[in-house]
Amino acid sequence: MTRIELAVLDAPEEPRHQAAPSVGLESLDELWFQVSGTVCNLRCSHCFISCSPENHSFWLMTREEVATALEASVELGVKEYYFTGGEPFMNREMEEILGDTLAIGPATVLTNATLMPERRAWALAELAERSPYTLELRVSLDGVTKEMNDALRGEGAFERCMDGVEKLVKVGFLPIITCMRSWPEERTEGYLDDFGDLLAGIGYDRPRVKILPPLLIGEEAKRTRGYEETERITHEMLHGFDLSQLLCTRARLVTARGVYACPILLDSPSARVGETLAEGAESDVLLGESACFTCYMSGAICSNTSASQGADR
Amino acid sequence: MSSAPALRGPGGAWLPGPWRGDGEPRFRRVAALGGVYSNHIALRRALEDARDRKVDAVICLGDLGAFGPHPDRTAALIRENEIPVVRGNYDDSIARELEDCQCGYTDPKDNHYARISYEYTLANTSREYRRWMGSFPSTLRFRVGETRVLAFHGSPRRMNEFLWETTTPTHFLDGMAREHDAELLLGTHTGIHWSRSLTGGGSYVNAGALGRPANDGLTEVWYVILEAAGAGVAHEFVPVAYDHEALAMEMQEEGLPAKFVETILTGWWTTCLEVLPGKERSRGRW
Repeated sequence: MTRIELAVLDAPEEPRHQAAPSVGLESLDELWFQVSGTVCNLRCSHCFISCSPENHSFWLMTREEVATALEASVELGVKEYYFTGGEPFMNREMEEILGDTLAIGPATVLTNATLMPERRAWALAELAERSPYTLELRVSLDGVTKEMNDALRGEGAFERCMDGVEKLVKVGFLPIITCMRSWPEERTEGYLDDFGDLLAGIGYDRPRVKILPPLLIGEEAKRTRGYEETERITHEMLHGFDLSQLLCTRARLVTARGVYACPILLDSPSARVGETLAEGAESDVLLGESACFTCYMSGAICSNTSASQGADR
Repeated sequence: MSSAPALRGPGGAWLPGPWRGDGEPRFRRVAALGGVYSNHIALRRALEDARDRKVDAVICLGDLGAFGPHPDRTAALIRENEIPVVRGNYDDSIARELEDCQCGYTDPKDNHYARISYEYTLANTSREYRRWMGSFPSTLRFRVGETRVLAFHGSPRRMNEFLWETTTPTHFLDGMAREHDAELLLGTHTGIHWSRSLTGGGSYVNAGALGRPANDGLTEVWYVILEAAGAGVAHEFVPVAYDHEALAMEMQEEGLPAKFVETILTGWWTTCLEVLPGKERSRGRW
């Protein structure tokens, strides 16, 4: 594993990286954890980091590794904690990890909700109940029908996900349904209504739905298209731009293999900014990756809406 | 510009004059109110209540306009009583005639109603009040007894930062108090009042909003009183019962959305809900 990592790190930088602007961390408001590495029970055809049951390029994090970062995060003034993967509930220590987190701050889990037996839903509800902080379940559902969703997320994923959402709603959660926009933008409003009807059908009568723009990397680049050479952040584009719209000015991602600038750029060696959180917080980030363009255009899509940023004083 | 008479106590002006001098003013008992959202009826009632409680200062934490009717009526009450105001995102947008309210919403449903509210408020705020709003400072410092207070709208670092009770860790507030050399952090912006004791002995107080109820099914709105207590400071959240039906009628007459009126009449938020964290959202009806 070490050998591969060194080989990647030693690779010469592409020319576009040299021309790209860089930004520092303004404040570490969000701490993300690649808690299940790149391991997922699904094999989605639009996954931006190509996660699957066999993708072990990033391994699961242990409760202890997470706890070390949580401890460091207190001094760094972190405001919110996010858990992603892969599928976070592939990590057998996930409930304990959430318990540790909710003792000090709010937690959000990005999940496909297909590993949600009743026992787990109740355990999560109990964790939420015991904490003064919110526990958000952000559930990926990429369509309003079985056909639409399963074309991206695999056979049977729709039914299993809806079943998971129903269980979460029954125990009192208001899960945030996130959906990658795979349709022309003008049709979004209609789809939002469809999501409303669909979710009302399983007893979720005030659904929270978040539509995300597609990230044209990983499997999605193969499925549709990659970014054009012109779709890059330039120095000029940052003049007068509110930098807090870029997630890397206020977040870092901790993985079992070091700290990254952003949860989207796990496959980009240039996005690795340090071994420890302290190192990662000190390092500037090169905005040389094509996916940076989507963050620039759409504004830190990964954060919950309750963490939205805006005008400076 | 519509005018509202200043609230005068029996001996003349009862509210403190403008912030005078360069040092930190020091008070025994302060009323802090924010998120007025053009609710001039609740504002008048709250000022009367604060007078009855014999406060020696009133401070406004910003967002005079939004949501409610006749924004100039609220502005007149604040200005004629010489109440110091820290700049809220609404005041900033109205003063600079920006395109939107900078409320910090990201969801299309939230933004739809935010836009209706903002366009109405901008169109109905007189030029003189717009200019005056541009003079509001982003923070104010004062003391309650010995305690150093820093007042702001959203957070000391960002006017429209949401500090919700369930998404704001104590260590985050500790760091903010340290960084800004304050023992009591005083803000609003979220519209729901809450407070927390900090690890280092300080505290954070969110005054809530006078403009609309706290999403709890009650029609009362809220402000807070800070009072010197020994070497520290105590705070009391004060519910304000007011003629909410009269406000609802004014809103209807002004053609404001029925959903806004429903919130005033029922105490449940009906719009701009997507920005709420799960726990706060669960406590509401919608």
